[in-house]
Order: sequence, then C-alpha cells, then structure tokens
Amino acid sequence: MSLIDLSHEFDSSVLSRVLAKGRSTGAGFSEVFIEDKRSMGASLDDGLVEQVSSGRDSGAGIRVINGETTGFAYTADLSEAGLLAAAGAAAAAASSGDGGTHTVSLGTAKRHPVNTVRIAPQSVPKARKVELLMIANDAARGIDSSIVQVSAGYSDATRRILIANSDGVFATDEQVRTIFRVSAVANGDAGMQTGYDSLGHTIGFELFEEENINELAERAARQAVTKLRARPAPSGALQVVIKCGSGGVLFHEACGHGLEADLVARGASVYANRVGDQVASPLVTLVDDGTMSREWGAIGIDDEGHESQRNVLIKDGVLTDYMWDHIRAGKEGRAPSGNGRRQSYEHLPMVRMTNTFVLNGKEEPDDIVRATEYGVYVAKLGGGQVNTASGDFVFGMTEAYLIENGQITEPLRESNLIGNGPQVLSDIDMLGNDFAMGNPGMCGKDGQGVPVGDGQPTLRVKSLTIGGTAA
Amino acid sequence: MSRHTVDDLQAIADAIVAMAEPGEQIEANVARSRETDIRVYNGDLEHFVSAQSQGISVRVIKDGRTGSSHAGTLDEVAWREVLAEARENATLGSVDEWAGLAEPDGVAIVEQELWDDTLDAFDTAKKIEIAKELERAAVGADPRVRIDDSNYSDGATEEAFATTMGIRSSGRSNSCYASVSVMADDAGETQTGWAYALGKNPAEFDLGKAGVEAANKATGLLGAVKPPSKRTTVVLDPMVTAQFLGIIGSTLNGESVVKGRSLFANRLGEAVASPLITLVDDPTDSRAYTASEIDSEGLAARRNVLIKDGVLQMFVHSSYSARRAGTKSTGNAVGGGVGCLALQLTPGTKTQEELIADIEEGVLIQSVQGLHSGVNPISGDFSTGASGVMIRNGKVAEPIREFTIASTLQRMLLDVLAIGNDVDWLPMRAAGVSMVIADVTMSGA
Repeated sequence: MSLIDLSHEFDSSVLSRVLAKGRSTGAGFSEVFIEDKRSMGASLDDGLVEQVSSGRDSGAGIRVINGETTGFAYTADLSEAGLLAAAGAAAAAASSGDGGTHTVSLGTAKRHPVNTVRIAPQSVPKARKVELLMIANDAARGIDSSIVQVSAGYSDATRRILIANSDGVFATDEQVRTIFRVSAVANGDAGMQTGYDSLGHTIGFELFEEENINELAERAARQAVTKLRARPAPSGALQVVIKCGSGGVLFHEACGHGLEADLVARGASVYANRVGDQVASPLVTLVDDGTMSREWGAIGIDDEGHESQRNVLIKDGVLTDYMWDHIRAGKEGRAPSGNGRRQSYEHLPMVRMTNTFVLNGKEEPDDIVRATEYGVYVAKLGGGQVNTASGDFVFGMTEAYLIENGQITEPLRESNLIGNGPQVLSDIDMLGNDFAMGNPGMCGKDGQGVPVGDGQPTLRVKSLTIGGTAA
Repeated sequence: MSRHTVDDLQAIADAIVAMAEPGEQIEANVARSRETDIRVYNGDLEHFVSAQSQGISVRVIKDGRTGSSHAGTLDEVAWREVLAEARENATLGSVDEWAGLAEPDGVAIVEQELWDDTLDAFDTAKKIEIAKELERAAVGADPRVRIDDSNYSDGATEEAFATTMGIRSSGRSNSCYASVSVMADDAGETQTGWAYALGKNPAEFDLGKAGVEAANKATGLLGAVKPPSKRTTVVLDPMVTAQFLGIIGSTLNGESVVKGRSLFANRLGEAVASPLITLVDDPTDSRAYTASEIDSEGLAARRNVLIKDGVLQMFVHSSYSARRAGTKSTGNAVGGGVGCLALQLTPGTKTQEELIADIEEGVLIQSVQGLHSGVNPISGDFSTGASGVMIRNGKVAEPIREFTIASTLQRMLLDVLAIGNDVDWLPMRAAGVSMVIADVTMSGA
C-alpha cells in the first residue's frame, strides 16, 4: 500500500468539474480537499510489545460556501463519480436555488518547505520501530527499583493533501510526523506516582538519530520516582515560575484560542475589538509560526491551501493581530494567515494555531527563581482548557516543586492551576533568556484534534491560583 | 442486534475470518455510517454536513502475537490488504501467553432498541428548523443572552462482526441530539452556558427546556466572584457526578489491576467508599444512553455490581485481562482495552434542593474544567477548575468562578455524605445524580 501521488492522480480537469458541480446551485465558492494518510503505531506495556497496528485513511471533503451557509460532504470514494456525488451533496446543502455553471482554471500555490524528511517512515522496517519500545522500557526500568510499570508508544503518520478551490488555488503538501511517548509508574510508601515524557517532530525516522530515546525514558521514570516524595500542592494564589519549554500551553490557553478569528467574530473572545490595546505585560511578544521546520505544528500549507506563515500576535504586550482562515479573512477583506486547519477530510476547516510561542526576555533563569521568596516552580505542565468568552482557563502541573527563599525545594503532587487569561498575561513580571520549544501537543476544538507546538523561556507569573490541598 | 442483520457487511466480515490459516485467530469489524451535522447562527444556516463513511478493521493473533490494521474502504482489494498488513504486524509484537480472542461464554444478549425508524425518515428541512427553534428558545429566554451556536446532529451506523471463535453478529443503530451554546453579557463581563436536547428521534426533543437551561447557566454566572480558599462541603450537579464516576470507573479496570496501575488492586472485599455508594455498570438498562447488547469482543453486555454499600465487589474485565487475572470476562472489552459501559449509582431519597437545605455552608459545583489535566487515576490526585454557587444556611447564594476543588479519589469516595434522587440519564458512559462530598479543598483568591 503506497501513498497516492495526489497531484498526478487528480488532474486539473477532473478537479475543475468537481468544483463546478459544487457551485451548480449558485454558490460563490467551492473547494476540494483530498487526503491520503498512512499511519503506523506500536505500543509496549508491561514489558510486552502488545500491538502493532497500521492504517490507511483516504478520502475527500467538498466544501461549498453560499453567502452565510457552508455545505460540506465527504467521501472515501476518490473516483471522479465519487467526488462529483459528494460535490452534489455539498452543493445541495448550501443551495440558494439560482443555479448556474462556473468553471475555473487552477494555478499552483506556493508552499513553505518545512518538511525536510530525510528518512521516510515507510522505508524503515517495522521491526526497528518496535525495537525502540524495548529500549525505552529497559531504560525507564533501569532508573530505580521503585519503577513498577512502563508503557511506551511509537507512531508515525504520512499525510498527503491536495486542495483546489474555485478561486483558482491548487496546492499540495506532504506532512510527515513521528512521535514517541513514554510513561512510567513508581510505587512507594505513599502510593503510586506517574511520570510522562514525549518527543515528536514534523520529520521522519531521523528523529531517533537526532534524539535519544534512553534519555527520554529516563526523564519519564525520574519524574515518577521524584514524585514519590511529593507533598500535597499548596492551595491558593502564589507566585509561579514556569520552566522554559514546559509552559507554552499557558499561552495556548490564556490567549491563543482567544485570538482565533472565528471566536473573535462571534464575540466569544475576551480579546475581541482589542487590536492596538495593551493586553499583556510589555515583556510578552507572542508568535504563531507554521513555518518552523521540524516543529510539531509545522505545515507547508494549511488545510485550505494557503502557505504557512509566521504571524506576530502580540508585540511588547500590544495585541497586533488575530489568526485567520478563508471565511473570516474573506469577510474582513484581508489575506488569510495560514491558520485554516482540519483534522481530516471528514472535517470542516476552522481557525487553528500551529506553533505558538513567546520570544525570549532578558533575565537569567536562575535569577528568576532566586528573586522568588515563596512560590511554585513548574517543571512540566500537562494539558489545559479555556473558556474563551470569560477568559478563565486551567492547566495541569505534572512536575512541580516548591520555591522557598529563592531555592527550589520539595516536589509537589499534581494539581490544576486556574487563572483568567488577560489577568495572567499582565501578571507576567519576569521573562528569561532561555527559550525552548515544549512537548508535542494535540489541540482539541469543536471536536477536532490537530497537532500543535508551543514554547517559551522561563518566566514568572506574580499570582496564579494553585489548586492543591495544602493550607 | 439480533433482529436486524446487515447481510452485505456480515458477508465481508465472514469472508475475512474464513481466510484464517491454521493456528491463526482473526477478528473482523466492518462498518458503514452516515451523519448529518447542522449549525445555525443568528437565524442562518451556518453549515450543513452530510457524509458517509465506512471502514474495516482486522485483528490477527498468531503464536501469542497481536497485529491489527484498518482502512476506510470496503472493497475486496482493500480488505485483503488490511488482512495482509495485520498479519505482518502480528509477526512483530512480543509473545504474550495471554493473547487471544474471546471465547463464546453462553451469556444471553439482552436486546436493546438501538434503531428508530422515525429518526431514519426524518425530513432534512425540519432538522434545520430544530436548530433554529432551539436558538430562538435560548436567546429569547433572557435579554442579556446572545447565541454562540445552535446545532442538530444525527448519525446512523450499520456494523458486522465476526471472529474465528465463532462469534458473529450484525446490527444497526442511530441517534440524534440538538445542542445550544450561548453567551450572556452584563457590565463588560461575558459568561457562557450550554445545554442539549435528547430523544430517540427529534420529535422527543424538549427544545424549550434546553434553551432556557443554557440561558440560565450563562446568566447565573454573571457577577460571579472568585471565592476565598478553604475546606468545604461540595454538592456535585448530576453532570459533574457523571464525570467523576467515569474516572472512578477507570480505576476499577481489570487490565489496570493486572498491570499494577489501579488504586484499588488488592482491595476486593474492603470498604473503599461510603456505605451510601452502590456503583453498578449496567449496559442492559435501556434507560442508559450507552445501553448496548455486546462489548467490543462480541460478548453479551451485562450488569456488574462494582461497589456494594461501599464495599469493593469486583473489577471489570475483557477476555485478555480476565485470562491474566485468572477469572472470566465481564463483557467489558472496549476498543482494544477494558472499560465500564454504563455506570450508575443507586440513588438516594432527596432532591438537590433538600440536599442543599442540609448544608450550612458549602458550594454547589455546576461545572468542572480540566479533568484531563488535573486528575490522575493512578496516584488518585484530584484537582479541577470549577464554577458554581455558594451555599449558605441551606440555600444557594452568590455565584462563584475561577477556583479549583481538590482532594484525592480515595478520600472523595469515603467522604460522600449523601446521594440525591435526581438521576439524569446523560449522553455519557455514566448516569448523573446529585452527590454531596465533605472536606474538599477549594482554592481561590
């Protein structure tokens, strides 16, 4: 089962006919999104490689926009007849009844060359991928006799996409992602604790030449072992220092989602109508950048066929722009920003982040800790969730320590932190010079997951509510 | 699923299984589905999704090694490739002496009504009208309320299943719901609320009730303040209890037990919860939203009493985890693992209002945020963002938000003070009911 070469398989005359069919009920815009995705995964648990799996998902989504209405249909049938049937269904769904014939000539769009895959995952014997799992298992178990369980997962996906639309856009891309995860359980007198780490990039199997699986597994195991002596996290508002490369999710939740133009247009964001305003501490410059080679959220083109871009969203604390997709940019008469993404051909695109990060400040990271009398040092954040309309957001800390008298001291048990986006952004009072990207993430919105990256230097928030149990 | 058969899909599943070579176990799943997804915004149809999909997935076990593969088409070329891939994958795993498919265990299937003809024949234009009517009901409920989105969704699936152990079945199911999400504004502040309407078909939807519920949730939070940090008693709304039970269910997973990841391993027969807690997983109860006839290995779904009067009775198992634990499957295979199918707590006798009347000071928790990031079912740490209403002198008082509640799963089960009588069959794997828990830490200002 090899991947389809999409641009050869689908010639422009077929695509033109499908696009014309999409507009046959009077719509102003039609779009074909074709996807062919191959994936492979293997998982280890309890010392055994439990299951090796692989899959192939290919199909097309046809979108037709007629005024305020979007019609959408998808199909796994990639024959011309299948595509035309889906286009007919999408057209009927967005029908305005005035009919007509619309033809279009397709040009080829630019794509940002972010995918410099050296070793295609399909070219690597599956047995080599499975071997990595055993290496991780041995490395994690070797850390300490308290490690009682280890699980590890390998997966890769090669996704080819083709987008053609009635504005004349014709674009293709190949996105290759490879990821490895390790989790460990340690057992001690006070019960069990867990550790987790992951490694993922928009590259092929060379990931494992460039990065060390042993170290990844050891970090996960050490995290679990360290937490065996963790005390309950504090309860209440404290100063919080977040280690570089571990807290990008804070910005993803505190303001990233709120800067998505679809939510802004609905008035469902605390950042609506705030361009030009000081929305964050002057220390903060926030960027969303789909062009960052290798990073987990990197894309050559977005899922609407637009070249990926680097977009500055907040500069020195001032809101400069939102993120845009085809529909929202069209309404504002501006260019899209390369943020129209979708989970698969079965989904409608919407405004999504790519790699979202805060640029370096000037402080030495050690000075930030030293300047903190009493607070929490977060070495690893877990996931988060935001209500963009109110701005309230939570995120979990999976590895954290107490800071006492400017020193990192005891480990803390897991808990959530809670804050309000605009308040937390303005409460950032120290920013380090040690920028790092964080772990690969999967961002969920409206039921769709897409891969995203995040990053930041070490920073301090002068007050965040820690949801622990200790007084 | 015994009354309706899907012969063409069953034929494919049977054909795949018939390819088994000596010493090879094969399980085949073949499905075809269609969905409608409608969104309305400010009286206009915003999107209309109409789609069909299909898929085949195959699991092969040979010499104690398991491999699987899937594809999104049904043609014979595709399923032969899927089988070949699964076979290749099965050469790569570790030898696991417990690997294997489920053997038929003679437990009879309790038939469920999973298909509704009225829904199947429901007119498309009327579906759009439902989303519009729901929007009007929500926005009309309060002048401070505006729409975020109003939705109608339905789906229908036909499936067939076959294994080399002789398990065969096919059937069909369909379902629908409408949901609405709104915002309420006042004095520069915005709060949100949502609600849904359920029914076997759209004629059963109570759109007016859902609209008012969404509006009330949003307006109820206007003016909410961040509370001070303190230990307190909480009343969980039925929806929050259902989310909590989902996590408790995951700790009673037999696979976690055999792999040393369960909080409750070695606790069978012990009091792990308040005597008020009787927790049952019962997918044969047709009131449950996730009522089902079989588990993912094709065994009959069945009623299992997990905790009785606070005492731990059993763990749930698939055939794999059961083999390892030296017991029998409880009909709880889910996907490739193990899980509860339809949890419910035995209800108490009081309404939520009566439960609140018994509390001098506490908090009614109406929603939680970040269960995936702040709850660890292995260590038992529980910490989640929340919003709700203060309880003072037995009555609800001011709304509060931007705080967390925290404890441990072990303590919360033991600290249950009361369970309400307001069972709500939510569209989740657990039914909701109001529940009172003592000594929870609230972190706020």
